Amino acid sequence: MRPVAVVSTAQRQEPELSGLTEVELMAPLIEKARSAVGLTQADIGFTCSGSSDFLAGQAFSFVMTLDAVGPVPPIAESHVEMDGAWALYEAWVKLQIGEIDTALVYSYGKSSPGSIRDVLATQLDPYYVAPLWPDSWALGALQARVLLEGGVVSERRMAEIAARSQSHAAGNANAVRAGTPTVDDLLDTAFVADPLRPHDCAATADGGVAVVLAADDRAGDLSDRPAWIRGIDHRIDAHHFGVRDLVAAPSAALAARHAGLGSDRVDIAELHSPFTTSEHLLTDALGLDEAAVTINPSGGALAGDTLMASGLMRIAEVADRISAGTADRGVAHASSGPWLQQNLVCVMGAD
Amino acid sequence: MTEGELWAPLTLEYPFTRTTGPVIGAFLTGLREGVLCGIRRPDGSVLVPPVEYDPETAEPLAEMVPVADTGEVVTWTWTSEARDHQPWDRPFAWAMVKLDGADTPLLHAVLVDDPSQMRTGMRVRARWRDEREGHVRDIEGFVPEPPS
Repeated sequence: MRPVAVVSTAQRQEPELSGLTEVELMAPLIEKARSAVGLTQADIGFTCSGSSDFLAGQAFSFVMTLDAVGPVPPIAESHVEMDGAWALYEAWVKLQIGEIDTALVYSYGKSSPGSIRDVLATQLDPYYVAPLWPDSWALGALQARVLLEGGVVSERRMAEIAARSQSHAAGNANAVRAGTPTVDDLLDTAFVADPLRPHDCAATADGGVAVVLAADDRAGDLSDRPAWIRGIDHRIDAHHFGVRDLVAAPSAALAARHAGLGSDRVDIAELHSPFTTSEHLLTDALGLDEAAVTINPSGGALAGDTLMASGLMRIAEVADRISAGTADRGVAHASSGPWLQQNLVCVMGAD
Repeated sequence: MTEGELWAPLTLEYPFTRTTGPVIGAFLTGLREGVLCGIRRPDGSVLVPPVEYDPETAEPLAEMVPVADTGEVVTWTWTSEARDHQPWDRPFAWAMVKLDGADTPLLHAVLVDDPSQMRTGMRVRARWRDEREGHVRDIEGFVPEPPS
């Protein structure tokens, strides 16, 4: 495989950014990520974005956001209707072909104008499930009960995961839920979707993220310490509810294996967990030893979850720490679906 | 609305129709007749609701199998206030229900008054609507069996 690295990132996440257009949100982030490594759009070989027409409320909404990139003169560009982590995967594939040496990847989401936990029902099976409009917290709760009653997780363990996320998030200006609650305080709150409490559900946010990739020597020219992508893979579960064993995250485990996670140690892991229960499952599926790996040093998606951007933000968080020298190796994870139906795993290292 | 804020109505539409095909179509037709169906996999297990392709091997599946409209709650959660668009206007439980004769559970509601009436493993029966049109909402929901 051709070595490809993250050389620059920029992100912003807040509880609500409804006063900004997507262009107003993304233009400063894209400019910041490019200029940090001295590039202009003319130096970028390929541009790929991730966003949701459904959130934007119109078809081909990503075309409008290209104004934030500056697409004149014409650029080579693509888009995925998925989290930006999958846009990064497309750019990584493009870089493997060897025709280009740099790529810009960005993604964004603004779910605050609607009710995201209801809107997410529209991505479910259109005949059997979506007509019932199950909200994402209810679906998360159905899995949580299976895990609790099966002895796979405990309510205390779930609260410990939430407390860890919130205390790590205290150092992250882009986190929207941070603090130092005690586990007992958290367990003292009422259910929002029995057996889930507020802290068990990721804090929804609006935001965006931009990442610059570079291959081979170009990465070394642009960054003193590039975050090299050592393995990346994505997998999906069977389409239908009910055919899947809810006590595991099989497609996450498969993606981790194919990304080469486990072949060497990692110092940090950034996980895209929609619920504390998902984080427990991911820790197991990715084979992470919590005594040796710092899980979610940024707070992770539990501390701020922007639809379409959370996964790419996880990659940016790992890359930033590797480039800053506070970690040598790390793993970033992106997902889609309340039951972790779709997963991407990206292993990164300083060498 | 504050001064200076711009508003415009927007209706999201999906303005085309699809045929449901021999598997999903058969399931929906069964609902109209008040019958629940699954589909048999090569290993003999029965998937409910039926899917067109085997979830592991992607082999086409074809043998429709009738199953009971009674079954067991595999997992559940409580909704104290029904949300917009949901087919129910009072508190209810979401549940994964494994029907008798099926090997996989389907998602639907259990219509009880209080979460204390819910438990994993409880027996339930489909409550059918009188007027059915071949839609997953032809089942109003599941109720405890025998009724509590």
